Amino acid sequence: MTGTTAARRLRIHVLRYNPAEPEKAARIQTYELDEAEGMTLFIVLSELREKHDPSLQFDFVCRAGVCGSCGMVVNGRPGLACRTLTAELPADITLAPLPTFELIGDLSVNTGKWMREMTERLEAWVHAKQQEVDLRRHEEHMDPDLADEVYELDRCIECGCCVAACGTAHMRQDFVGAVGLNKVARFSIDPRDERTDADMYELVGNDDGVFGCMSLLACNDLCPKELPLQSQIAFLRRRMARQA
Amino acid sequence: MKIIYSDVLVIGGGLAGLRVAIGVRRRGFDPLVLSLVPPKRSHSVAAQGGMQASLGNVIKGDGDNEDVHFEDTVRGSDWGADQQVVRMFVNTAPKAVRELAAWGVPWSRVRRGDREVIINGQKVTLTERDEAHGLIAQRDFGGTKKWRTCYASDGTGHSMLFAMGDRAIAEGVPVLERTEALSLIHDGRRCHGAIVRDLITGELAACVARATVVATGGAGRLYRVTTNAVINEGIGHALALETGVAALGNMEAVQFHPTGIFPAGILVTEGCRGDGGLLRDAEGHRFMPDYEPEKKELASRDVVSRRMEEHIKKGHGHKSRFGEHLWLDITLLGRAHIERNLREVKDICRYFLGLDPADKWIPVRPAQHYTMGGVRTNYTGQNPSLAGLFAAGESACWDMHGFNRLGGNSVAETVVAGMIVGEFVADYCEGAELEVSTTLVRDFVRREQSYLDGLCKGGKEDASALRIAMQEIMTAKVGIFRDGADLASAVEELRELHVRSRDIIVASRAPGANPELVTAYRTQKMLRLALTVACGALARTESRGAHFRADYPQRNDQQWLNRTLATWPDPGADLPTLSYEPLDIMTMELPPGWRGYGARNQIEHPDTEKRTQEVAELRERLATKGRFAIQEALMPYEQLLPEAIRGRNERIGEKLP
Repeated sequence: MTGTTAARRLRIHVLRYNPAEPEKAARIQTYELDEAEGMTLFIVLSELREKHDPSLQFDFVCRAGVCGSCGMVVNGRPGLACRTLTAELPADITLAPLPTFELIGDLSVNTGKWMREMTERLEAWVHAKQQEVDLRRHEEHMDPDLADEVYELDRCIECGCCVAACGTAHMRQDFVGAVGLNKVARFSIDPRDERTDADMYELVGNDDGVFGCMSLLACNDLCPKELPLQSQIAFLRRRMARQA
Repeated sequence: MKIIYSDVLVIGGGLAGLRVAIGVRRRGFDPLVLSLVPPKRSHSVAAQGGMQASLGNVIKGDGDNEDVHFEDTVRGSDWGADQQVVRMFVNTAPKAVRELAAWGVPWSRVRRGDREVIINGQKVTLTERDEAHGLIAQRDFGGTKKWRTCYASDGTGHSMLFAMGDRAIAEGVPVLERTEALSLIHDGRRCHGAIVRDLITGELAACVARATVVATGGAGRLYRVTTNAVINEGIGHALALETGVAALGNMEAVQFHPTGIFPAGILVTEGCRGDGGLLRDAEGHRFMPDYEPEKKELASRDVVSRRMEEHIKKGHGHKSRFGEHLWLDITLLGRAHIERNLREVKDICRYFLGLDPADKWIPVRPAQHYTMGGVRTNYTGQNPSLAGLFAAGESACWDMHGFNRLGGNSVAETVVAGMIVGEFVADYCEGAELEVSTTLVRDFVRREQSYLDGLCKGGKEDASALRIAMQEIMTAKVGIFRDGADLASAVEELRELHVRSRDIIVASRAPGANPELVTAYRTQKMLRLALTVACGALARTESRGAHFRADYPQRNDQQWLNRTLATWPDPGADLPTLSYEPLDIMTMELPPGWRGYGARNQIEHPDTEKRTQEVAELRERLATKGRFAIQEALMPYEQLLPEAIRGRNERIGEKLP
């Protein structure tokens, strides 16, 4: 946007529904406001709630693209609302909650509950060889390149965009999603985790795991952190197929 | 009436709260964590640059140890910190990093051999030692003598919080997600838990516990321009304040981070400057060496932020349509370094500014960043007035940061405090049964319910408008540069807003969470908290750390070497009650002096010279006995630490037997 152009009038269409009021049908509500320079959907929705409609439900926490709270469907594509600039969108912007997750109200969904259940099911934490470490002594050595590789996969923020965009997740309620498969891949390369491929096969060697993926790969295209989900799922499938 | 019982109620699911919960679980008690959001979305996640711990693995960290970390932290605090607490902290920080390493944090590691870095604008070759290869690496940060900040690229808080969150799930720590505490249940002597509200259904419940831990983070949202997440509204602080019994310490000590991106206030890490980035003005001139020849861009945050604002006032800011700003230049670090070690910064610049920081400068200006003040506790994390009430992390004032926190010491504090306070909470539970009358609990539930009902009944004030007015007053008048006239008018205007907040109207009757109601009840709490900040700042007629009074520019140890305590005993009162707790120079390991950066013009306390001499004599007398003997003679502290985490820390040059 240049300084000379008149500010656009944005029309924000929000899919609204409050499960606590089942008698009121879901509806699209439209709000209008003037676009400002550097405006993000965080600024738009905050302004709508502060000045136009205090009942509007949505979730923001960091508003800097690192906490994963604000996943929503923006003009048909799941993404992080906080770092979506209105300048990159047409003047008509349609917002809907992420599908697959339990709806709390309007644009707010319960990704936290889904992620905790997935974490429990996949035991997505380091299973250490020895439980007690002597904290006074040097940490275990780790190859610097390997540490970087683990970090690369550790960058997932559990925003749920990959699950919302996943064809399998829409059909299979218990599918662990790219987020779950990426976690298995992350702990598999971590030398601190003692689990073997055979252990991982117990967790994801089925149609709710790596064999459920149909390789549509919207997850890879939409991941806000640009995680290498396509290659990680492919590697994992090959390793798990070998186990089978 | 729904009552949920646990041994330990932890309010807040960030790094500090989760580590406390894991600690008490490991001691055999049942914790229950309340969290406004899924724990992994807590603001701890936003810490980018790293965590200070004196491991000394990199060559520029050689010679680092607890003593150096201690002195840096006390100088950073401008002598406002509790030095025994700082000692407990610096001795535990290496253990905390190592524990997190075992739990899965992918700390960046040292690679043996030569590498090129940027120091003071110049390319320098460093040679890392063979024996350090594969150990946790450190980077440079402001206000530190050695490279001490351990990091995982620039997503350190994220990796720490995910490892901690997953560890908590692994150990079966239950979390009530999207649940908010509205008030602490207490009888004036002991805290028995909290009245909580479900942010999905809107239902109230009582969480009753032997011990209650406030670990709710900072209060950045009192300000209009802040790096803090939108949930950092200081509600945990306000819960303690509203007991009328517990005090908040040093609420006027508010940190402004030099590099919030302009105008959104989103943080870019201090690691940018630590790794060699420079601050430039509208003419492209690197101005920090003109003001701070010793530490330049890497003086403490309070000093750098003030120098930046001073430089803008002199007319050197770059003018944009949103106002003036300066530039952060990291182009000299090179694309490869930025894409490996500063990738969150690159993402933030790309998404929020539409620029590539490997090619272009980043527009920055200081923004509110950290709340040094908090729920006053002793070294165990327990509030001295209300038994069973503990606090840990940013929401606590135990008090390790004094009037200014060093970069990298906040995430370090969260986990260290979690380790230490978790042990003390467990000790407390061993001696304290659950003793609470259901009448008391019912009274508190009724009180909260009738308060919420009242908000929905009448009134005429718009909570959002009051909140915006408060934030603008705080940013304009209780900011980086303060003076008596501005502060007095801020107190008056906030007082008026607070009075008006008793007449808020909530129009929406929608069942469920009702975000309008949430805004309403939080706004009144935030106004009380804003008043404690403004009143504390008005009363403190000196400049110390981040609290800078243009009308009293000197640090005044003679009159103000003390900690502000704010309470709100009468809920009907308009203003908080302030009192002061002195700091005793004669017991300090490091008596007051010059920080090594910033102004050198303090008004001395009569004890300073006496203690300085005492310390110097003792150091000389014990010179041959080694650093541990000297430290113990100066200010013994190890007996204060929980037994489980005592002991020396191994380093390359300091082997353990």
